Amino acid sequence: MLSDTRVQVADVSFSYDEQAAPALSGVSAVIEPGSFVAVLGHNGSGKSTLAKLLNALYLPTEGNVVVCGYNTREEKYVWEIRQRAGMIFQNPDNQIVATVVREDVAFGLENLGVPTEEMIPRIESALSAVRMSSFSDKAPHMLSGGQKQRVAIAGILAMEPSVIIADEATAMLDPSGRKEVLETIRALNRQKGITVIWITHFMEEAALADRVLVMSDGEIRLSGKPAEVFDRMDEMREMHLDVPHMTSLAGELRAAGMPLRPGILTVEELAEEVERLCPLKSST
Amino acid sequence: MLTNITMGQYYPVDSRVHRLDPRIKLVLTIAFIVIVFLAKTFLGYALILGFVWLTARLANVPFRMLLRGLKPLRLIIVLTFLLNLFFTSGATLWVEFWIIRIYREGFLQAAFYSLRLVFLVIGTSLLTLTTSPVSLSDGIEILLSPLKKIHFPAHELAMMMTIALRFIPTLLEETDKIMKAQMARGADFESGNLISRAKAMVPLLVPLFVSAFRRAGDLAMAMESRCYHGGQGRTRLRVLKITRNDWIACGAVAALLALIILEGIFL
Amino acid sequence: MPIEVVHLTHCYSEGSALRTVALNDVSFRIEDGEFVGIIGHTGSGKSTLVQHLNGLLKPSSGQVLIDGEDLNGEHVNRRVLRQRIGLVFQYPEYQLFEETVAKDIAFGPKNQGLSAAEIDERVRYAMDCVHLNYDKYAERSPFELSGGQMRRVAIAGVLAMRPSVLILDEPTAGLDPRGRDKILTMLEELHARENVTILMVSHSMDDMARLATRLIVMSEGKIVAEGTPREIFARDDMMTSIGLDVPEAARLCAALRAKGYSLPADLFMPEELKEHLLRLWKEGSAC
Repeated sequence: MLSDTRVQVADVSFSYDEQAAPALSGVSAVIEPGSFVAVLGHNGSGKSTLAKLLNALYLPTEGNVVVCGYNTREEKYVWEIRQRAGMIFQNPDNQIVATVVREDVAFGLENLGVPTEEMIPRIESALSAVRMSSFSDKAPHMLSGGQKQRVAIAGILAMEPSVIIADEATAMLDPSGRKEVLETIRALNRQKGITVIWITHFMEEAALADRVLVMSDGEIRLSGKPAEVFDRMDEMREMHLDVPHMTSLAGELRAAGMPLRPGILTVEELAEEVERLCPLKSST
Repeated sequence: MLTNITMGQYYPVDSRVHRLDPRIKLVLTIAFIVIVFLAKTFLGYALILGFVWLTARLANVPFRMLLRGLKPLRLIIVLTFLLNLFFTSGATLWVEFWIIRIYREGFLQAAFYSLRLVFLVIGTSLLTLTTSPVSLSDGIEILLSPLKKIHFPAHELAMMMTIALRFIPTLLEETDKIMKAQMARGADFESGNLISRAKAMVPLLVPLFVSAFRRAGDLAMAMESRCYHGGQGRTRLRVLKITRNDWIACGAVAALLALIILEGIFL
Repeated sequence: MPIEVVHLTHCYSEGSALRTVALNDVSFRIEDGEFVGIIGHTGSGKSTLVQHLNGLLKPSSGQVLIDGEDLNGEHVNRRVLRQRIGLVFQYPEYQLFEETVAKDIAFGPKNQGLSAAEIDERVRYAMDCVHLNYDKYAERSPFELSGGQMRRVAIAGVLAMRPSVLILDEPTAGLDPRGRDKILTMLEELHARENVTILMVSHSMDDMARLATRLIVMSEGKIVAEGTPREIFARDDMMTSIGLDVPEAARLCAALRAKGYSLPADLFMPEELKEHLLRLWKEGSAC
């Protein structure tokens, strides 16, 4: 149980209320430790519901969710689960509890009953990991959206989780805030090996993940590496999702006969392919 | 703009008074209030004034900041003065015109009772100017914690206070935004009589309430996700410690109390 | 009803230690029927600027002229002028308050003093503009709707006042791709059909590329560039230096140019780029 940091979703269904259509039906996935998995879907696809099931905020109506070896249905382990799998939410303001940054980061530690002397170095190391140490005495309402989200991440980090679940954490941020938060999370994933489950509707963000799960109408429809998933453009569009611009352009070029390789996601990749197919005449 | 009101009156400088334990300051403020009521003569008030002035000096708080706290109550103070002035009768008549009679005793009583009000306000101002709202909330929580035995929700109250303090600037910003959005649709918050202005508040209050409830729901989820489960087993980052200065402050107030009691006996 | 901004400067907390200059000597003109995009990083002054255009904020110096009249002049009825300029704030769904969608949309027209029949007509018109079916949604509570629908109700609330100029601050913020597409399509139609002058503040270069006929680029309270999207996106160095991106297609061109391909400097629409690349490939060599 100690070393198992997988997150397993086994045939999970969930309905908010008995009469309504299920928000999730028959969802299964295994998220390997240390991986960066993006969950992509339009609003109402069930992706946020899935996130809350992973954190034991909701319990599945059918099926099981096992986080780091603990089944979410077992009430007595709910605090173990939430300490190991921390969650950051969409609205940067509505997750900050204290009047000062440092104290908000301490909130989780206070709840866990960590002694004061132990709290202080953990808070400092969490703030420094998100590069917010110089803000530790500031009031939250003076921070930008991206900064607030980083404080939220620090609050989770201090609890020393194995998994971080980000539920559309960048949806309400401007482009620079989004970049800040995504970079912070990616660094944590690479440097500390923290598993990241990144729920989003931004294609460019999902393109950076190790693996993408595409959800629609409560089910997982596609799963695989970003390049594989985004190449299935027609299916993505059917699910009211888009694909990264370069993938879409590459698809159109391919349809017009240009033999580009599959799986193009970024500007650099497309530029390289163009270079390969249309070599520049050398000047000699 | 509006968000620069960093919560009421806290005057954020450093001083020995600021650094006193908030529990001690709360208890001493209550003691001070009792002392003000016990004083019977102007001499007693002179002693109290001296004490207040000394404390303000030690706290690096300019005296005018203390007086600023009187502004909202100036009407009541003036009213107290005038009522006592005109309706107290005594032995020595000073002024008489029309139906108004002002006696020396009336004047002295008016002065005395108004000054009492002034000192009460100044005393509490000293507390709020030198103690941050969060420290106050901490102090209150710990002072009330023995009541947990009779299921008094001391921790929950303190948590509510901290969260409220945290969200005040955020809610003020939101109020501003909503007001502007409704004004852009032709809402008028300024003109009209009392009733029409009250009605005009609906487009401001409803969205604010809806938003506040939504925030509360989100926040509760975020708190639970960080393992919040009430006050049981919680530790604290901010630990309050009573130092020598706190005992000195207690001694000072005790001395003032003694002097006032003596004044009451001998004068 | 052209809007002209003349040497507009706005300082917050004037006279205190916290004085910040949000807008610094800003001047520009918006003609009838244009679709102008205002772009700039957060803190560049975009939101402050936009609030001056309908009189919610007063300039510290300079003027805002609506159809030649000074908005802040002495004998001007600001409330009336304000109604000709509709302003939709960010996350406008947070301003909804009425019991039904129809009543909320009617708030603006009611404040304009219109008759009940006129108000009803305006509500229907506005709901039609935002593609919300009157029979299906008019009597529902706005709070029951999805986020994207609530946003459209809020926009309808401003459209119901039939402004000549519509200003929108980040209309697609926080929406998923489908929601964004709906809003942008709606704005395209509105502009084409009703000839409303539209001013849109946005971070999304792709949205701007699709809709705007002219762009105003702001940075640190000043206008640093003005021109058609084609002209602006060609200047990707300038854009990166002030912390902004250009549309991905434009970035691809820049990457290819760096590899030695010669491409027209102002290429930024995906369709044109596709045509150009296909030609490049068919010719079998670089131009």
